[in-house]
Amino acid sequence: MGKLLTFIQHQEGKVARTSLEALRGAQELATTLDHTLTAVVFGLESGPAELANIQLDEVLLVQAPELTTYSSEYFVAAMEAVLKAEIPHLLISSHTYQARDWLPRLACRVERPLVSDCVGYEHDGGLTWIRQVFQGKISAKVESSEGLVIVSFQSGAYRADELGSGSPSQRTMEVRLSAVPARVRPGDRFQEAKGAVDLSRAERIIAVGRGVGDEENLTMIKELAKTLQSELGSSRPVVDYGWLPHEHQVGSSGQTVSPRLYLALGVSGAIQHQVGMKNSDCIVAVNKDVNAPIFEVADYGIVADLLEIVPRLQKALEERNAD
Amino acid sequence: MRICVLIKQVPDQESVLKINADQTWIIEDNLVFTANESDTYALEEALLLKESLGGEVVVCTLGPERSGQVLKDALAKGADRAMFLQDEAFDRLDSQGAAKVLAKALGAEQFDLILLGLQADDTGDAQLGPILAEELDLPHVTLVVATEVLDGRLKVKQEQEGGWYQHIEVDLPALLTIQSGINKPRYASLRGIMAMKSKEIKQVTAADLGMGADDLTPDQSIAQLYIPPKTKDTVFLEGSPDEMVSQLVEKLANEAKVL
Ligand SMILES: Cc1cc2nc3c(=O)[nH]c(=O)nc-3n(C[C@H](O)[C@H](O)[C@H](O)COP(=O)(O)OP(=O)(O)OC[C@H]3O[C@@H](n4cnc5c(N)ncnc54)[C@H](O)[C@@H]3O)c2cc1C
Ligand SMILES: Nc1ncnc2c1ncn2[C@@H]1O[C@H](COP(=O)(O)O)[C@@H](O)[C@H]1O
Repeated sequence: MGKLLTFIQHQEGKVARTSLEALRGAQELATTLDHTLTAVVFGLESGPAELANIQLDEVLLVQAPELTTYSSEYFVAAMEAVLKAEIPHLLISSHTYQARDWLPRLACRVERPLVSDCVGYEHDGGLTWIRQVFQGKISAKVESSEGLVIVSFQSGAYRADELGSGSPSQRTMEVRLSAVPARVRPGDRFQEAKGAVDLSRAERIIAVGRGVGDEENLTMIKELAKTLQSELGSSRPVVDYGWLPHEHQVGSSGQTVSPRLYLALGVSGAIQHQVGMKNSDCIVAVNKDVNAPIFEVADYGIVADLLEIVPRLQKALEERNAD
Repeated sequence: MRICVLIKQVPDQESVLKINADQTWIIEDNLVFTANESDTYALEEALLLKESLGGEVVVCTLGPERSGQVLKDALAKGADRAMFLQDEAFDRLDSQGAAKVLAKALGAEQFDLILLGLQADDTGDAQLGPILAEELDLPHVTLVVATEVLDGRLKVKQEQEGGWYQHIEVDLPALLTIQSGINKPRYASLRGIMAMKSKEIKQVTAADLGMGADDLTPDQSIAQLYIPPKTKDTVFLEGSPDEMVSQLVEKLANEAKVL
């Protein structure tokens, strides 16, 4: 029997939903491997409420004055101390933006691999990690060398509502971080002023991706949006190119939407886009690549050039409205 | 300011990818390769910083023969010189292996700033930046969407989830990973393309760095690639564009009832 640690990310004591999803993955792994499971929480005086009734062996509260807010240098040093003391077989985390910031550095510090952004695992004597490559177009099984492995799970890889229940014990561990240099100094977190477009309330959204090809082609899509009485959404590149303002962006760094109809035109459906729209009631995708990951979440699919579809759809809807 | 930009060559976004016979990588023949998207934003940020502060921009890639093209493109856009880390021993490195090689090659140069993209669109690891920072003992910030140079330090804006941002100060020298959209990457000018031809591309091999196979054994590797099985029953509409559109309107109206 070995030990499995799972890192719980929180913002002022509120646990990140993705950490609970990763915790579900960790529970499965702990059962499969017959390992104990410890949830590691940084910078809190008492265990977060979300973990109080969860199937876990213990909650380990790691404490130091420097850990109350996130900073990569302190988090790396603190987890290095935890790994030294606990000697786990696996360290599991969710693949959040924060995890992207410090876990690779930790992995390098302890000279062990980080298998990032995994969607699952296979156990057949040894462990194989499953992750997406080429923006979700291909999946990969990844093997690692003997010893500690650090793993991060993609948002949505496991379901938080399937967490097993239990009553974990609690333990505290103090770490000394006063010798760690403060070369990185985080300031205030802030949100930009909200734009005029609130996609979260839209009944219908037409989303344009890079596949639209040219800024000029947006004209016909805006017209279609008018006819369909829908708001205009977009993928990130369309905003990066300056074709639409940021307030139209859907995804992990844009808005999260769940309209009755989401019509994706020339959007490949990378995970960062999917997390923002996969809960829409009806998803239609027009894409010329049948293997585009957007079809993984689409109810209806059209494999075609969107420039051939949009004008015809415009005409068909106009005729329908006229009837 | 002396700035180094790391650029990886990856298949163009439009590529139709096929898996090779032993299922360990994609078939690269006939693919179009290009600079990784966020790396082009990192290069532009470096060129803008050089234009306002002076100094030099050095571009570096680690990869096979074909990837030299990303260095030529960057030199044509205005980078001053390039380093090309190319050796069979560098094939199939994991992130930590690549960082060890890069740290050896870049360490002696004492750059003020090292810029990378936030994630390579082929393997999607999103790891090299923080790992290289650790190897070089530099502070780092990931997912940067704005930079401002202050006295001996940088003030950057970091993108976070759900529309949140954070201002972060970091001492120089430092390493940043750049998010797309931070600027508008330029195109190479004709003059730039002419000037590129006289700029230096320094070739670096494992032997030059005193590294052998023992230093380069990966701790993680791809055992198998496969096309993900479809889990959702997407209804694909068939026929001519006209037929597909009329079916779609019919289904949206009568099945999904969203019109
Ligand atoms: C930390 C992070 C945060 C991110 N946040 C977001 C986010 O909030 N939102 C977001 O969208 N992305 C985000 N991304 C980027 C994301 O990973 C993808 O790069 C992006 O979503 C791709 O956009 P796209 O689908 O428009 O472009 P591509 O991936 O280039 O896809 C274009 C698609 O159009 C198709 N196509 C091309 N021409 C045509 C045609 N004529 N007709 C029909 N189809 C055509 C192609 O087959 C392809 O599938 C983020 C990435 C990272 C790393
Ligand atoms: N082989 C490479 N050569 C040059 N730069 C690289 C290489 N691999 C990764 N990078 C850089 O590191 C960033 C993050 O890549 P990764 O961690 O592999 O997702 C990329 O955007 C590049 O800037």
